[in-house]
Amino acid sequence: NATTSESVSKKKGKTKKVKRKVKHDEAPVQEMEQAEGEETEKKSESGPCFPPTFSVSEIKNKQRRHSMFLKLKEEKRKQKLELKKKKKKERKALGDKAPPKEVPKTIENQRIYDETTVNPEDEEVAFDEGTDEFSAYFNRLTNPKVLITTSDRPRGRTVRFCEQLATVIPHAHVYYRRGLALKRVIPQCVSRGFTYLMVINEDRKVPNGLVLCHLPDGPTAHFKVSNVRLRKEMKRRGKDPTEHVPEVILNNFTTRLGHSIGRMFAALFPHDPQFVGRQVATFHNQRDFIFFRFHRYIFKNEKKVGIQELGPRFTLKLRSLQKGTFDSKFGEYEWVHKRHEMDSSRRKFHL
Amino acid sequence: ICRLKVIWDLIGNKSFCSYKVKTKTQQFCRNEYNITGLCNRSSCPLANSQYATVREEKGLCYLYMKVIERAAFPARMWEKVKLDRNYAKALEQIDENLIYWPRFIRHKCKQRLTKITQYLIRIRKLTLKRQRKLVPLSRKVERREKRREEKALIAAQLENAIEKELLDRLKQGTYGDIYNFPIHAFDKAMEKQEEETESEEEEEEDEEESGTREFVAEDEFEESDLSDFEDMNNLKGSSDEEEDAEDQSSEEEETEEELEEEKTKAKSKGKTPLKGPIRKKRAYVEIEYEQETEPAQKSKAT
Repeated sequence: NATTSESVSKKKGKTKKVKRKVKHDEAPVQEMEQAEGEETEKKSESGPCFPPTFSVSEIKNKQRRHSMFLKLKEEKRKQKLELKKKKKKERKALGDKAPPKEVPKTIENQRIYDETTVNPEDEEVAFDEGTDEFSAYFNRLTNPKVLITTSDRPRGRTVRFCEQLATVIPHAHVYYRRGLALKRVIPQCVSRGFTYLMVINEDRKVPNGLVLCHLPDGPTAHFKVSNVRLRKEMKRRGKDPTEHVPEVILNNFTTRLGHSIGRMFAALFPHDPQFVGRQVATFHNQRDFIFFRFHRYIFKNEKKVGIQELGPRFTLKLRSLQKGTFDSKFGEYEWVHKRHEMDSSRRKFHL
Repeated sequence: ICRLKVIWDLIGNKSFCSYKVKTKTQQFCRNEYNITGLCNRSSCPLANSQYATVREEKGLCYLYMKVIERAAFPARMWEKVKLDRNYAKALEQIDENLIYWPRFIRHKCKQRLTKITQYLIRIRKLTLKRQRKLVPLSRKVERREKRREEKALIAAQLENAIEKELLDRLKQGTYGDIYNFPIHAFDKAMEKQEEETESEEEEEEDEEESGTREFVAEDEFEESDLSDFEDMNNLKGSSDEEEDAEDQSSEEEETEEELEEEKTKAKSKGKTPLKGPIRKKRAYVEIEYEQETEPAQKSKAT
């Protein structure tokens, strides 16, 4: 059967362009047998350029069906190209009178307008930000000091992740969690002058959650962590980050909620970045996913900058924002991700 | 009389019993009144007329006893005795209730009581500590989130965004004077100004050239060059030597000119490009002119 189908396909290869290798060592008997079948099929199947009156799915032979389908696709592609060329010509011909180019729809374009979007000149927002929990940091009254810990019994990956985070964030200390209750840990941290508590939750030997708690009774944010890449898994990475204070880039935090989260991230790092170090930590928000990257940059000239990634990378997704310090039972939640309400629309984002 | 034996033959050893769970090496009994949990002749509550167990309900231990006298009344078959919370007292209670009972059952009851109290203690200890909350993940949701994250990553174009932000910061001047690029920016501004003036000058020059004639020395022409040629001619008399000298001098001239051009070009790159209009006049064609005419002059001189 295989040989017969090959012979059939060989015949077919003559009718259309070079798609199959023509085999010459065929038994003549087989060819004779197939010749009759070929005729009937040739009748039903029109030439390559003639629009067929049957759909491609009616052909029973898989190889032939596939080849007909490919031909169809090619024709469609050609038509599309021709259409494009025509349109382009028309545009050129019209010159200035041409209708404006249509902007393609993207998810960012079609995003449902969030009424809590911050207007840069909004006074109320400015006033709020002047008096909220981070105002102490932004008025340069406090210097950040971060305590990084994990959930119980962390595995190697989580431990390494914590260590690398500690190199990225200046003034960060990693402490081993020995089954301590967070509610007891927090007052101790406050007494020792820490401004941030970061708890990395682990599940199945992989970090999957992050609780970021601003200490002198600041808000607590709970994130879902995904796609953690440690330093040795990064491609074309640079050397280890130095002790210089990195710059911070916060992108796309537009709504009120986004603003407060952005300030939370900003308050992790000391105020004055050391430009000598040429390191930059980026928190980029896209469609409610916050991507963290750590790069070293170099300006080649005033129009070109080269960046090289060092340091870990991970993505965060905000799950809840709670007003006081960490208290899951009795805390007052400012924002909680409710899947059925908030995930129903694909164009609605909250950060 | 041999009722129990019959029962055991029917359900026990290698027969079917609905409470039996078989594994490769062992048989277990799922009957809730079974004292050891294994399927044995002595541990089977169905095949023993006199049987006792210890069971725990809501943190309290009870002793269940079954005697042959109540075998006909299944509703009243098991006698339930509440055991004391104190472990030692509970043991005494077991002894007291199971006095004259077979050793095996007494022993196993006490063992079971021990185990139960141990795990009750552990439960109480654990509830005081922090408990891990298991949150169920919906596979569909996880898959959806993963896909959305990938798409968001592609849409984010992180490297471009970071580079743009850094360049913006450079332009705004947040980096101060660390980098030398600000000069280039200044240069660009100057060049833009110069281009405007250049275009004006060009127009003026065109107007001048259309009529007037002037005999002017060419830009690269320097008087020092002239004197050099005369010296060379005086030194060497033969034509061959002259030619060599001319070649050398022409080469020297070329190199000199190149050097000059390079210097001026370099200067214009670094600082203000004031030599714009002059640069325009200087074309490579002029160099060739000089070389052709010079030998003719020299031959005339000699």
